[in-house]
Amino acid sequence: MNLNFTAEYEDFRADVRAFLDKHKADAPSMANVGLRSEKRLKWQRILLEHGYAARTLPKQYGGFGAEPDSLKQRIIAEEFARAKVPGGIAGQGINMLVPTLLELGTEEQKEKYIAKTLSGEMIWCQGYSEPGAGSDLASLRTAAVVDGDDFVINGQKIWTSTANQADMIFCLVRTEPDAPKHQGISYLLFSMDTPGIEVRPLMTMTGRAEFNEVFFTDVRVPTSQIVGQRGEGWMVANATLTHERGMLGDPDAALSRLKSIAEIMQNEHVDGKSLMDNPVYRDRLVALEAEVYAMKFNGMRLTTASVEKKSAGLAGMIVKLQGCELNHRLAELAIDVMGEYGILFEDSPFLRDHGLWQTHYMFDLGLIIGGGSAQIQKNIISERGLGMPREPKVAKA
Amino acid sequence: MYFGLSQDQTMLQDSVQRYLESASELEHVRGFAEGDNSLAESLQNGLMELGVPLVLVPEEFGGLGLGVLEAALIQQAMGRFVSPTSFTSAYAMAVIGLREAGDDDQKNDWLGRIAGGSAIIGVGLTEAIGAREGAGLKLSGDKVSGRASFVMGAELATHFMLTTGKDLLIIARDSAGVSETALTTIDKTRHVIMLDLQDVPCTVLAGGAVAAQARMIDIGRVLLAADSLGAADMMIEKSVAYSKDREQFNRPIGSFQAVKHMCADMVAKLEPCRSLVWYAAYAQDHVSDEAALMSRLAKSHLAEVGKYVARTSTEVHGGMGFTDLLGLHYWFKRIGANRQLLGGPETVREEAAKLQGWS
Repeated sequence: MNLNFTAEYEDFRADVRAFLDKHKADAPSMANVGLRSEKRLKWQRILLEHGYAARTLPKQYGGFGAEPDSLKQRIIAEEFARAKVPGGIAGQGINMLVPTLLELGTEEQKEKYIAKTLSGEMIWCQGYSEPGAGSDLASLRTAAVVDGDDFVINGQKIWTSTANQADMIFCLVRTEPDAPKHQGISYLLFSMDTPGIEVRPLMTMTGRAEFNEVFFTDVRVPTSQIVGQRGEGWMVANATLTHERGMLGDPDAALSRLKSIAEIMQNEHVDGKSLMDNPVYRDRLVALEAEVYAMKFNGMRLTTASVEKKSAGLAGMIVKLQGCELNHRLAELAIDVMGEYGILFEDSPFLRDHGLWQTHYMFDLGLIIGGGSAQIQKNIISERGLGMPREPKVAKA
Repeated sequence: MYFGLSQDQTMLQDSVQRYLESASELEHVRGFAEGDNSLAESLQNGLMELGVPLVLVPEEFGGLGLGVLEAALIQQAMGRFVSPTSFTSAYAMAVIGLREAGDDDQKNDWLGRIAGGSAIIGVGLTEAIGAREGAGLKLSGDKVSGRASFVMGAELATHFMLTTGKDLLIIARDSAGVSETALTTIDKTRHVIMLDLQDVPCTVLAGGAVAAQARMIDIGRVLLAADSLGAADMMIEKSVAYSKDREQFNRPIGSFQAVKHMCADMVAKLEPCRSLVWYAAYAQDHVSDEAALMSRLAKSHLAEVGKYVARTSTEVHGGMGFTDLLGLHYWFKRIGANRQLLGGPETVREEAAKLQGWS
């Protein structure tokens, strides 16, 4: 255990701080700004130039070309959070497509797509889930049939965030209907302007359309737009999952939520008494505080494991499940603390914190379900982490 | 920055664990629980040979001069094998009490005796956390009278370190005026007693009780959290092993999601506790402004997660988990006792709120 940073890292932290002091004025606000706003694109250019976005990606494709260093990555995240300045663009294009192309794309694909994606000019959406293929993603049915030099695509995708703004989609389609389900999938890249694509916003319980449905009717895509070979799409899509994507997340986000709740409790008064003076709420707050710190330290343990290039094992596997659950329970306490004022929503008078906590409470439930549901996470923890036997396969009817 | 155990720390824990794995087998623990004190004696000797009782004793007094993190790793191994030792009280809390409140002569004398094995000091600080049944001690001259409840480390103690609230003091167990009441608790892997004292001669530590007993309680709580962590680790391992082995409906019960999700839930809750215990222990020596808070967070959180694992693991074992035959209940009860000793979770959380100006 040694929680101090060596001089090299303290110097690096000083550099990050100096950068932030100098360029902070160019940063867009933390609140959602349009994906295509000039301010955001300019900020991305500045970040790329100084190595605070695409830091470890090769220079020839528009990255900064630095050696991977988890501690520096953590310092960047900490300092940006401290300055309340947003980091680089973190869409599915940058997080998922770029690593996939770097590993499995052709030279032409890398040159055509990576730099533009990193700069924020090219926005991607991910065409994976379907109405009939959620947790069992490999059962997807959107069909791509070869006709001349094209695939002709018919089917439907769902949970496609940013589909309404995206230029391009990376999409899993079934090209070999007779092969076993994992071996019949291909990974295609195509423009969202291709004729035959219809995007419909998908309204969720939060009252917003954070996602879309995408319908394909005879969409023609050149066969050269495939990554990997026909039937290798499942492998292509999973290749980058081992990159520990998102695993290190922002360990301090839950802590800042906890601190906000403590402030709310000090400021909310019932019959003239602060909610912090109510021992029942106070007990819930401290119980959550212990969990928040446990996850924070678990995150520090993961950073060290990553620096040491060791597997963090179970400590990494539980993060999605436990982190989302914890965030949800934090939002729950915030709402309970506000009492009747906690149910105010949208543009109501007397609304607290712009309705943030109800939005968290509902959207976090979405996060518990999405991105590998809690139940799928538990299967992964028990089967891969603890070596427990898999559920016997049910014979096809 | 390095958040994890050093090679030395891992080796220390492994060596204690390897020793206890054979020396503190379930059958031995069962014998102890049924009234045969010999396991406590053999573990005392074996651990002394490994140097375990010396970890927190400074080198100048013949000890190893290691930190609370090392002590927590040792305690975790003891929880893992539900070992009847007095480590928490005699070799952590009492040593800390002497380090914090003893003058040079007292440290020389008592730490020397501890290192040499001639003094094993049990600890009773329950009344410093909250007194029930009118318990409490009063000092009159150099004689102490009154009641100290739930005194820990009674297995082999030769002495006890107690508090009046203002003063920390040490009494000899065999002094005239000491009357002991053995308490039967759910946890038969450790002995706690009630002490009624009538004009018992004592050594009053020079430094006063307030700061020293706060440190003792902070560190004692971290160790009880570590003990529950070790016990809960073992309960999860036993659950996984049992569920792979036990078959119903022609398949191992571990292939049912109902069962494997119980195991995943236990892991998801317990794994972050490991980092919390490490940090809380480390903070005792290296992050003084967080030491008191982190001790309370670790103690209360391990009380909750420990209870969850104890209950869930028992359920995974089905009817067998409920029997005496399997012996799983020793872990269940050890965790249950750790939850209450040195303050239950609500008490400890309220203290944590006070520390932060929330109460």
